[in-house]
Amino acid sequence: MTVYSEKVMDHFRNPRNVGEIENPDGVGRVGNPVCGDIMELYIKVKDDVIVDAKFKTFGCGAAIATSSMVTELIKNKTIEEASSISNRAVAEALGGLPPIKMHCSVLAEEALTKAIEDYKSKRSS
Amino acid sequence: MKRIYMDYAATTPTDPDVLASMLPYFSEIYGNPSSLHAFGQEAKYAVEKARDTIASFIGASADEIVFTSGGTESDNFAVKGVAHARKNKGNHIITSAIEHHAVLETGSFLEKNGFEVTRLPVDEYGLVRAVDVEKAITDKTILISVMHANNEIGTIQPIAEIGAIARKHGIIFHTDAVQTCGHIPINVKDMNIDLLSASGHKLYGPKGVGILYIRKGTRIQPLMQGGDQEKGRRASTLNVPGIVGMGKAVELAGENMSREAERLTILRDRMIHDILSKIKHVRLNGHPVYRLPNNVNVCIEFVEGESLLLNLDMEGIACSTGSACTSSSLEPSHVLLAIGLTHEIAHGSLRFTLGRHTTGEDVDHVLNVLPGIVEKLRAMSPLYKK
Repeated sequence: MTVYSEKVMDHFRNPRNVGEIENPDGVGRVGNPVCGDIMELYIKVKDDVIVDAKFKTFGCGAAIATSSMVTELIKNKTIEEASSISNRAVAEALGGLPPIKMHCSVLAEEALTKAIEDYKSKRSS
Repeated sequence: MKRIYMDYAATTPTDPDVLASMLPYFSEIYGNPSSLHAFGQEAKYAVEKARDTIASFIGASADEIVFTSGGTESDNFAVKGVAHARKNKGNHIITSAIEHHAVLETGSFLEKNGFEVTRLPVDEYGLVRAVDVEKAITDKTILISVMHANNEIGTIQPIAEIGAIARKHGIIFHTDAVQTCGHIPINVKDMNIDLLSASGHKLYGPKGVGILYIRKGTRIQPLMQGGDQEKGRRASTLNVPGIVGMGKAVELAGENMSREAERLTILRDRMIHDILSKIKHVRLNGHPVYRLPNNVNVCIEFVEGESLLLNLDMEGIACSTGSACTSSSLEPSHVLLAIGLTHEIAHGSLRFTLGRHTTGEDVDHVLNVLPGIVEKLRAMSPLYKK
């Protein structure tokens, strides 16, 4: 018995893509220690496709599971496809989150948006 | 997988002897103790026996004990009841920043109704200083409420000293003893206590029953209007099985308390020592000495409490955390903030509370498992730089 769905617990127990990417093409750092969740998302992009994604997260079960899930969802997606992934999509892919934990999925979406922004700004410079 | 329960401060299992003592009062001796016939009087006899046991356990007399539905009701009754009964004398209440929500929220409620509440700060160990209590007293102060020991960090307050100050100034003194009653000695006379809250399920009794000790002569307004049960102080048909169970639990506590406190203190100190020596960047919360015999509360830096708790739960180990992620307010524990911890440190708190069924092997098992969990979570923490 847990407060989370099986899918959430699966990603919490065995988080996918933990770590950092050396020389990433985009990084998104969001959250702050005061609110309790911090997430770093790293992406590697080739020909406008996200070929690798890794994360580091300080946070609760939902924060870790959504971090893990977002890396899975964006891999092998074009930047445009990845940009359209919403927090709701992340939560749904996890079989739902308790209402009070929905803000954790926002964190994942924000990290993704920032990583993509970072990638775009690096490319244009 | 062996399951290890280390959340005795949340609740305890009902002792089998307690349960056995309660069972006849459901369907055999089911009379209403307010009834004059034999069915009722048999139930009343059991209630009064429990009242005697509990009264003598805390150094009170039987007519000073009122049965309630538990700790929260007792706290509400004490704080609101005295505030309203004494509002002609003043409107100021003194309490501490680390009280249980049952006292703090009651205080906030009273503030909306014309009362003023001072919430005394605590030191880094969670101690309320008696001098601060005395300094906070004004000519409007009618009630002081300071808990006997804190439910999160286990710090035991200088209750007798605070009680003496209250007595000297003619102010009513309430203490929430939910975490201490049945675990460490209490004497309402020696400690100058006017009102004391205790709960059945924290001492191997049933849930849904508690007491408020009300010193003779203390004016208090009832929370509930209705019948004249409990000498008009608490309307509602008495919870006879619960009361009998709480009486039995207190009786058993009286027999085992000092031995059990000694045993748990040894386990507690070993556990604290081992956690601090096996895991880096960990701090103990609460006082190292003035501390409940069963309380271990630590902050593990760079990781978050709910993640720790879930990982321990997957290993069959039950504990609790003061992390914001487990509270609906998304604020970390008010107790951890009051002892001066930053938000990020408070997020990594874990509370293990030991009890009757905790063994040395259990402590060893937790210590075998915990360092690996911390390492795993730190490896994915952006805050942790080796």
